[in-house]
Amino acid sequence: MKAIVNIYLKEGVLDPQGKATKHALESLGFKNVQDVRIGKQIVLDLDIEDKEEAYKEVEQMAQTLLANTVIEDYNIEIVQ
Amino acid sequence: MKAAILRFPGTNCEFDTNYALKRLGFETQIVWHKEEKLPKCDIVVIPGGFSYGDYLRSGAIARFSPIMKAVEAYAKKGGYVLGICNGFQILTEANLLPGALKRNTNLHFISKFQHIKVASNKNRFLSKCKVGEILYVPVAHADGNYFIDEEGLDDLIRNDQILVQYCDKNGEFFDLNGSVNYIAGICNKEKNVFGLMPHPERAIEEVLGSVDGNKMLEGFLAC
Repeated sequence: MKAIVNIYLKEGVLDPQGKATKHALESLGFKNVQDVRIGKQIVLDLDIEDKEEAYKEVEQMAQTLLANTVIEDYNIEIVQ
Repeated sequence: MKAAILRFPGTNCEFDTNYALKRLGFETQIVWHKEEKLPKCDIVVIPGGFSYGDYLRSGAIARFSPIMKAVEAYAKKGGYVLGICNGFQILTEANLLPGALKRNTNLHFISKFQHIKVASNKNRFLSKCKVGEILYVPVAHADGNYFIDEEGLDDLIRNDQILVQYCDKNGEFFDLNGSVNYIAGICNKEKNVFGLMPHPERAIEEVLGSVDGNKMLEGFLAC
């Protein structure tokens, strides 16, 4: 089973990379960009068959190591 | 006075820190991160560098090194711990200090001498400094943008946990990297765990441009 963890800075926490990218897009003429948030994606190959079990374990990984919940939010997607 | 200086893969300030502390009269020992026990010591110093290449987040992986369990237990028992730069990042990741360090607002690696103002001296670390005193100490970091939520900031202020803040040469607060409240360094509520982004160990001899770092590190001599 495969798990995809997306990690972003929390709403309200300034994302300097997103802000710089937004400026760059604007200067390229893309005028419709309201906000840019840059995060990271972690793809895990898991030796787990059960979807629920996989989700639980990945959530623990995210809480302990993958995300810093002081400044980051995450979401988990389990894919076959 | 015995100091244990931790060394992770990617740490690069352990010898500067060792040199600075020895010069002041500390007995020192560099401790590899794979050790599970700390040597008998009066203070643990986590020096600067790029532990684990700053992979995932600065300090995020080092925080789970075997030695950190011993450091956590040592800190919980009231032992003194000082984290400089990457050491500060490791201590926030380990939840031994509140808040987190994000990428600098301007996205640059900022490496220069910087003025900082002492916000509190009611702690061992800055006991030799005066409140409002302006110190001149190098900074060198990409992730020094200190973040804490409003409630957390209120706690820091209420408990006198803010150690130093970035300022200009006249003492006016200066937004160096986006840090909340210009924060350059903090301590825990119990005032035995300290973290700061500036490098006192790099400001210890006139030839380096400043000796203000001595005044800071000397605070621990009496512990």
